[in-house]
Amino acid sequence: MNLENEVSIVLGGAAGQGIHIIEESLTKVLKLSGYNVFATKEYMSRVRGGINTTEIVVSSKKNRSYFKKVDLLVTFEKGVLNHLNDRLDEKTIILGEIKNIDDEYVNNKNIIDVPITEISKSVGGELFSNTVGSGIILGLFDGDLEIFNKYITEKFSKKGAGVIDSNLKAALKGYTLGKKILIDHDIQITIKKNSEVKNEVLLSGTEAFALGFARSGCNFVSFYPMTPSTGVSVFLANHAKDLGIIVEQVEDEISAINMAIGSWYAGGRGLVTTSGGGFSLMCEAVSLSGMTESPVVIYLGQRPGPSTGLPTRTAQGDLNLALYSGQGEFPRIIYAPGSIEEAYFTSQLAFNMADKYQVPVFVLSDQYLSDTYYNISDLELKHIKKENYITKTEKDYKRYRLSDSPISKRGIPGYGDGIVLLCGNEHDEFGDVTEDPKLITKMAEKRNNKINLIEKDSIMPKFFGSDNYKNLIVTWGSTYYPVRDALLKLDLKDTALLHFNQVYPLPKESEKYFKNAEKIINVELNYSGQFGQLLKQFFGINIHSNVLKYDGRTFSVEDLSKKLEEILRG
Amino acid sequence: MNSESFDRIGKIDISWCPGCGNFAIRNSLTKALSELSLKPTNTALISGIGQAGKMPHHILVNGFHALHGRAIPTATAVKAVNPNLTVIAEGGDGDMYAEGGNHLIHAIRRNPDITVLIHNNQIYGLTKGQASPTTLINTKTPTQPFGVFEEPLNPIALAISLNASFVARTFSGYVEETKEIIKQAISHKGLSIVDIFHNCPSFNKVNTVSWYQENTYFMYDHDPQNRKEAFNRALENEKYPLGVFYICKKPIFEEKLPAYEKNKTPIWNREPVVENIDKIINSKKV
Ligand SMILES: Cc1ncc(C[n+]2csc(CCOP(=O)(O)OP(=O)(O)O)c2C)c(N)n1
Ligand code: SF4
Repeated sequence: MNLENEVSIVLGGAAGQGIHIIEESLTKVLKLSGYNVFATKEYMSRVRGGINTTEIVVSSKKNRSYFKKVDLLVTFEKGVLNHLNDRLDEKTIILGEIKNIDDEYVNNKNIIDVPITEISKSVGGELFSNTVGSGIILGLFDGDLEIFNKYITEKFSKKGAGVIDSNLKAALKGYTLGKKILIDHDIQITIKKNSEVKNEVLLSGTEAFALGFARSGCNFVSFYPMTPSTGVSVFLANHAKDLGIIVEQVEDEISAINMAIGSWYAGGRGLVTTSGGGFSLMCEAVSLSGMTESPVVIYLGQRPGPSTGLPTRTAQGDLNLALYSGQGEFPRIIYAPGSIEEAYFTSQLAFNMADKYQVPVFVLSDQYLSDTYYNISDLELKHIKKENYITKTEKDYKRYRLSDSPISKRGIPGYGDGIVLLCGNEHDEFGDVTEDPKLITKMAEKRNNKINLIEKDSIMPKFFGSDNYKNLIVTWGSTYYPVRDALLKLDLKDTALLHFNQVYPLPKESEKYFKNAEKIINVELNYSGQFGQLLKQFFGINIHSNVLKYDGRTFSVEDLSKKLEEILRG
Repeated sequence: MNSESFDRIGKIDISWCPGCGNFAIRNSLTKALSELSLKPTNTALISGIGQAGKMPHHILVNGFHALHGRAIPTATAVKAVNPNLTVIAEGGDGDMYAEGGNHLIHAIRRNPDITVLIHNNQIYGLTKGQASPTTLINTKTPTQPFGVFEEPLNPIALAISLNASFVARTFSGYVEETKEIIKQAISHKGLSIVDIFHNCPSFNKVNTVSWYQENTYFMYDHDPQNRKEAFNRALENEKYPLGVFYICKKPIFEEKLPAYEKNKTPIWNREPVVENIDKIINSKKV
């Protein structure tokens, strides 16, 4: 059997079994061995049991999207094969102990019995099965055993020489078995190694968001835990000391966002991390941000709703929630990065733009993007400088001074000689409550007129494909790479892709892309095609076909290419 | 004395009703701030919504007239980001005990060094006379036409039971005493809660000035370090004791924050630690 260029390995087991330990060691060691790696997981909302899987794609060229196909399946629990039923085909090689193979599959000729428990017992106990498992796969892929040994030594350095030693033995036995399997079953795996990859960073979506936020001066995080957003706060909490960031888990989401707004009032750069259910509680304060012209950044990790929906699954269903949250009318900015590189860039931009325009800024993520990671070269991480917009106040300072520009200079308490008064009621220039119809009109216009400036400052969508396109596929957020790869696979000369990282307001100039298209195909992970509706609203364009999915899973390259082909060739 | 005035000169449109206790609270507060030699530019008053919540418009300080019930979290963040500011959260009994009740409880746990002033008129003023969490049993209101039957909240006992750092009660009619208590509260390190009874001539016909005078008394023989005694005092309701009930020393939220462990510069005044971010990114190479 031949596996070339792009191999997808899926590890499946129950929650609490340590699949993530294998995932971590494998991706790191494979990358350090010179392979491009991509990993993403899907899991159930439970702490023990159930079936969870992680896909790791090892490839010659960089791969950045999820594949449905499974080339190599490693099962650690009965139920995994049934769980993956629709992803397996006659070519899938199944590695596992017989006790972990579902009855329906016992006669499958591609099953390779790997006595993981037995081997781990021989080196000291079942505890070492994770290391054996990693060893086997590294053996199959010609991973670097030296690097794995080094990884083990560091990882278990606190546990003592005995533990290190047993793990090293487990690694070697697994590795040797992996090599033997190649020969016994006549399997060839050919993936090119590339020494440049060794020096690349392995970043997850969550980490990229968190690091981007920190990079542009985020120094205050208040949150209430909710999957899949919590990871960003966890990451920043762990680096609170070295990055000088206040990270506080508070009593509820209402407190979280009011704190974040308070932090900006005092001159900080506040962030909240939440998901749809938690964000629902924050809506009133988004409106406060609008009225008081206080910046705030909201990281909204989407998952399927309504209500608590599917806590650990993925969706793009909260665009409308972000877009219309808060009573009254006021401008806002909504970003939806499509990749880990973009996540890092956009989270930096979010803080600068919140500060510049004094509006709430949303960064939409989702479970898929947060939980995915792959190797990136330094050059792909775009750094931008923290922009400072705080003014030192004069004695006659007025927070909401009216002028030709809708943006009045933002002072903070204790910096300068002025008084800074923010007010959530309609207010005059100083910040006192007003009922004066003329002033009310002016203030409403001042606030809302900012959208014109923001629009001019919007990021253009990313265009991919041939300039002479007839068909245009539109995406936003995390569906970028799967769609792009599906297009590449189909090799269509008359079709292009337009990906929006900024989904609101849409840059006026992007309208040109639609004018040239005969057919517009909109791809989204929701039921109603929310972004398609927004395009209609903005540009008056009609979507010819929607490719929508709302089963809590992301698009695979295979499914997308099939669907797109049907629409385009059909 | 060259202390600064917190009066807003030339500002005449005050939205409180004639005869309201809010005026007296304002007087006590501005005097307290002056006597503590604080500066308007270095003080921040965060308020909720309600008649009490309008205070930032009626005195000269940095202010944030924020959301109903949310003054405390907002103020907590302000203090954490700039510990050099004197931070006060202010609101009514509906604001702090109903809509913001959860925040009050958790602020006590968190213990930021802020002062919480609660204008307790035992009624909702701004929305025209509905019962608040502290309205007395049998009080009839437009929305409780057959009389309130729920037991009123005892904020003093609640705060002491949660081991709040500073707990006091006063009546707005006693301007001098109220000023002194506010001064003590602001000077106290940690979360200070001052429940301030005040009359609402427009909507509360039960708890009038004379009612407060007859039904309250100052504690002169009380040791605020004694929590049990403070709690007993808090339960008295034949006549309501006034004064400082309880004081204890607890770790301060913003002082405990890891971000301030090595670097005392206020958070707002720092630039991102780019080299440490790069270090983290580099650590993802191996
Ligand atoms: C979220 C929300 N709910 C309700 C209101 C309406 N509201 C305004 S003030 C108030 C109660 C005010 O009572 P209190 O806090 O006791 O202050 P007072 O006016 O008596 O000083 C209410 C319910 C509001 N502004 N916001
Ligand atoms: S409604 Fe009551 S509390 Fe409010 S200002 Fe009038 S009298 Fe004072």
